[in-house]
Amino acid sequence: MKRNTLIAMLRDMLLARAFEERAAKEYTQGNIAGFLHLYPGEEAVAVGVLHAAEPGDYVVSTYREHVHALVRGVSARAVMAELFGRKSGCSGGMGGSMHLFDAERRFMGGYGIVGETFPVATGIGYAIAMRELPEAVICFFGDGAVNQGTFHESLNMAALWQLPVLFVCENNRYQIGTEIHRHSAVTEVYKRACGYRIPAERINGMDVIEVYRATQSALQRIREGTGPQFLEIETYRFRGHSMADPGSYRPKVEVQAFQEEDPITVVLEETLPDYPSAEHLNAIGRDNIEHLRKHIHEEGLLGIGEVEQLRREIAEEVEDAVRFASESPEPTMADAFAALNCNRGQEVLI
Amino acid sequence: MAGEVLLWQALNRALDAEMESDDSVFTLGEDVGLYGGSYRVTEGLYAKYGEWRVRDTPISEGGFTGLGVGAAMVGMRPVVEIMTINFALLALDAIINMAAKIPFMSGGRFPMPLVVRMPGGVAKQLAAQHSQRLEHTLMNVPGLRIAVPATPQDAWWQTRQAIRSNEPVIVLEHELLYFSKGPLDTRLEAPPMHRAAVRRTGSDLTIVSYSRTALLTEQAATRLAAEGIEAEVIDLRSLRPIDWDRCAESVAKTHRLLIVEEDCLFAGAGAELAATLGERCFFDLDTPVRRHAGLDIPTPYNGALEAASIPTVSSIVEAARALANEGAQA
Repeated sequence: MKRNTLIAMLRDMLLARAFEERAAKEYTQGNIAGFLHLYPGEEAVAVGVLHAAEPGDYVVSTYREHVHALVRGVSARAVMAELFGRKSGCSGGMGGSMHLFDAERRFMGGYGIVGETFPVATGIGYAIAMRELPEAVICFFGDGAVNQGTFHESLNMAALWQLPVLFVCENNRYQIGTEIHRHSAVTEVYKRACGYRIPAERINGMDVIEVYRATQSALQRIREGTGPQFLEIETYRFRGHSMADPGSYRPKVEVQAFQEEDPITVVLEETLPDYPSAEHLNAIGRDNIEHLRKHIHEEGLLGIGEVEQLRREIAEEVEDAVRFASESPEPTMADAFAALNCNRGQEVLI
Repeated sequence: MAGEVLLWQALNRALDAEMESDDSVFTLGEDVGLYGGSYRVTEGLYAKYGEWRVRDTPISEGGFTGLGVGAAMVGMRPVVEIMTINFALLALDAIINMAAKIPFMSGGRFPMPLVVRMPGGVAKQLAAQHSQRLEHTLMNVPGLRIAVPATPQDAWWQTRQAIRSNEPVIVLEHELLYFSKGPLDTRLEAPPMHRAAVRRTGSDLTIVSYSRTALLTEQAATRLAAEGIEAEVIDLRSLRPIDWDRCAESVAKTHRLLIVEEDCLFAGAGAELAATLGERCFFDLDTPVRRHAGLDIPTPYNGALEAASIPTVSSIVEAARALANEGAQA
């Protein structure tokens, strides 16, 4: 793994966590309304998958998609302003938390109805295949979505016509409050793809490096023309389903167990070296310390100080996003109608 | 080229013309390819354009209509054929929650050049699940446009306009009109897609209708003329938006308004027409707006009952006669 990739992924995970925790705070203060579905605990999924994607690939996401948008390059300002319902938001204040869009970055939307990402992704995949382009579509969905008809309909069509779609199941084990063994007869989600002849594997979603590597090879297979691929990425949300949900249906020990596997801690452990003890340093001598530092640098490892520096930068970025959002103007009703009629031609209507 | 054609042939030519001039146009649906379309609308296109542009789909209305939405977002011009409007109930999430809302929810940042074509209405003894009208449901969805061509000429014009539009357009065809004949002149310039057509001028009352019922209304007007009642017949051609000006101009002249539709009376398309024209034309009207519509009943299989559940030429004549004479005795 390249040093830059690892550090970029760490940075995005730290940004994701800080952004979402701040969004929760802004929600409780009344600056964000409606439904707010947060991502802490699941960062390694969006970050690992999207860092493995190319800028030309399309991303279709769910209503828990702030982090997908951020990692895709939508600015923290534009996402926060959208949560605030402001005109400068990435959807002009018309979509809100569940409907982030960015055409330029090929971020094809957050969808509020469970199971909608499948046909949208399949349609984009159809357009790519018809035009024989080297692009792919990444289709996110949760474990709760796999019992919708669109899941089966779309997997069937994607496989039938060999469309370049990477189906990514963010399996956080709960459809709101119903645990997977109570909503699915087959709880190994990846096995569902076998029914449609789609290669599938199960990945540890608490390890961003594993997610990144699995996505990279899946996308490579897609670009080689082998048709759709399927990843079930096991993860966990540390919070409830939305801000309206305290998550009391989950045993505390379960939440704690997953928190001990916090994907950010995991990646930090991968990134930070075990600093040698004072005795050890004395034993190996000054030259060797310099050698070790050089080695750490070349291997892509960071110092504690650098991580703290990253955290400070991110805190400022999030602070700036909130400032930008609160100072942005509200959209007007004229803006709303302009959005509604954005595709109307020259034709004058009565 | 001018001449008489069947309505399905006009649709077929429109699709062919658009597919030929723009390679981002493709059509998909059940049996549209090899089979040639349940109502022959896509006949010959599979051989001409190949399977990627004329795609036979599995029976997955929600999935393939949503596929059209995704493709439209990246600049394709999909024409989704849903075999009948009754199956579109399985695709309403794609139509209402996706196609109609994505351009809006994204703050106006995505095109949606999607066409969904489907026949509806009451045909010949197909029973309740295959004989219904859903225009009222789709009319209530901001973000959609709805064309209701009743003639081959309109089918040709409106299908091509729908494909060229960057807005999602529902083309509601009628099962009983595919084999109806009428003139088609492909050289004529098209009026705007939503422009209503005055099919017959008259001074005694205005009858507003659309789709197959507009044709029945024209026949009824001929009979009424024989009785000395001159009805002005307006074929709306579009249910969203509606050409209110054409209707209001006519009512200003005739002072009486009858709305005829195959949709059920209760909360049907005519309810919106009556409400808006009732408000707008209140001071022009000599009598209340009257509606003649389908009965509030699922369509019966029995032939006689089926026929009695929707307007016929005779029943339109009766309704129009009653309105023309309303207040005349006093």
